[in-house]
Amino acid sequence: MSLQSLLEAGKFVVTAEVGPLKGTDTTEIVEVAELLRGRVDAANVTDQQSSVMRMGSLAVCHLLKESGLEPILQMTCRDRNRLALQSDLLSAYALGIENVLALTGDLPSLGDHPQAKPVFDLDSVQLLWVIKRLNEGYDMVDNELKGKPNFFPGAVVNPGMGSEAAFELQLIKMEKKIATGARFFQTQAVYEPGAFAKFMKRVKGFGIPILVGIIPLKSAGMARYMNKNVAGVFVPEELINKMAEAEDKAATGIEIAANLIKELRDICQGVHIMAIGWEKIVPGVLDVAGL
Amino acid sequence: MITITEQKPLDEIMQCLGKCKRVYIIGCGTCATMLHTGGKSEVLEMKNKLEADGKKVTGWMMIPTACDKLTGDALKINARKVKAANAILVMSCAFGVQTVSLYADKSIYPALNTLCMAKEKTPGCLTEICMQCGNCVLGQTAGICPMTQCSKGLLNGPCGGTKEDKCEQEPEHDCAWILIYDRLKKLGELDKLKEMAMSVDYAKMKRPRTFKVGEGLK
Repeated sequence: MSLQSLLEAGKFVVTAEVGPLKGTDTTEIVEVAELLRGRVDAANVTDQQSSVMRMGSLAVCHLLKESGLEPILQMTCRDRNRLALQSDLLSAYALGIENVLALTGDLPSLGDHPQAKPVFDLDSVQLLWVIKRLNEGYDMVDNELKGKPNFFPGAVVNPGMGSEAAFELQLIKMEKKIATGARFFQTQAVYEPGAFAKFMKRVKGFGIPILVGIIPLKSAGMARYMNKNVAGVFVPEELINKMAEAEDKAATGIEIAANLIKELRDICQGVHIMAIGWEKIVPGVLDVAGL
Repeated sequence: MITITEQKPLDEIMQCLGKCKRVYIIGCGTCATMLHTGGKSEVLEMKNKLEADGKKVTGWMMIPTACDKLTGDALKINARKVKAANAILVMSCAFGVQTVSLYADKSIYPALNTLCMAKEKTPGCLTEICMQCGNCVLGQTAGICPMTQCSKGLLNGPCGGTKEDKCEQEPEHDCAWILIYDRLKKLGELDKLKEMAMSVDYAKMKRPRTFKVGEGLK
């Protein structure tokens, strides 16, 4: 069943993230696809994540599809203006890619080409609106399309924002994304079930499927790095200590991720595992989580 | 409003001047003086550096406001020393550089990079406040410009990169949308945040933008 059918049928879904590499070697992509096929319902392909230049999301989505894994095309507004975004969306649909995750994108200044010109011609809300218009058979200036797509658009939300203003702004933007066509959400990584439950309570009325983001921890250092540098991510001290004391870091990272999934699965519609280059452990996390 | 400039590295200036042996230097008494990028002391410092590198400085002057029409008169008054030079090095913003180039029949080189137009928020701290996008939304955003204050120029609220109410690009920089939220809340106008902002009309920024009084943008 497709991601759309599963979510519409109210099933609990599992997605995972695949990050293209820098270079033309696609061996690893195909290996990851083999590994995830049958274990996840769909796989996101990141769009030059963290503004680090790599192979494009569109080509890798096509490779995943050829390997029998349903892709979710991550599309950011960082590098393309409205012509290129619409054109790439049409290209994606021609290749049979139906799921699109609309994102604003990271700042180029934080990546490996900090001198690059940031585009941000549209933002994520406007991109969702463009996808909606394409689905209706028109481009964003009302020209009729010959052959229209039928995208299943998704969006992201960061539930871990600290201040009242930052949290409320996330919710307001989330409502705008729903109004402009988002049909599902994937979240930033969550490590505090209590805080996530509060967030879910606030957005319950939105009536939209939410897939909770999980990043398996590799080490205590990684957790501390994320706490310091990644907006909206907070790994509690208890988990950091657990990682620091663990003899088998991988097993402990898997166990923590699986426990989070077990705790959160009843309050959301799915889980989105972002392994960040460590995709081989995803089946292990799912095994321990009982999925 | 102040035009923000920074001095180009000396290597770059020397490379631009290339074979020009004789150089005339112009400083500006307004923004570049306030910012210590092209005031009298910087002009004299530049003179010393050029001379140390084997150039002959035929003369220098401070123009009170280099972007003003009076620049033409100032060049006429100093015509002899300007004429003696192979090139003019202008230590003002690009407005001044272009004004000098209008009136001087000579190779012109900028010694500064022009960054933006800014307003002094606190003493010694200037912030870019307008990027002249031609799509003003200040009425919806409590007078804070998200096109310039948000590092991504987002119009429908913040990205996910707000950390402790600061921008992830520059931890000292307040997230524009947090500022907008706080001010709208104070004004009892939080509902404005729910309005969908459509895409910016970048045709308003097609270059060069020429304006005719009474007729508008051409």
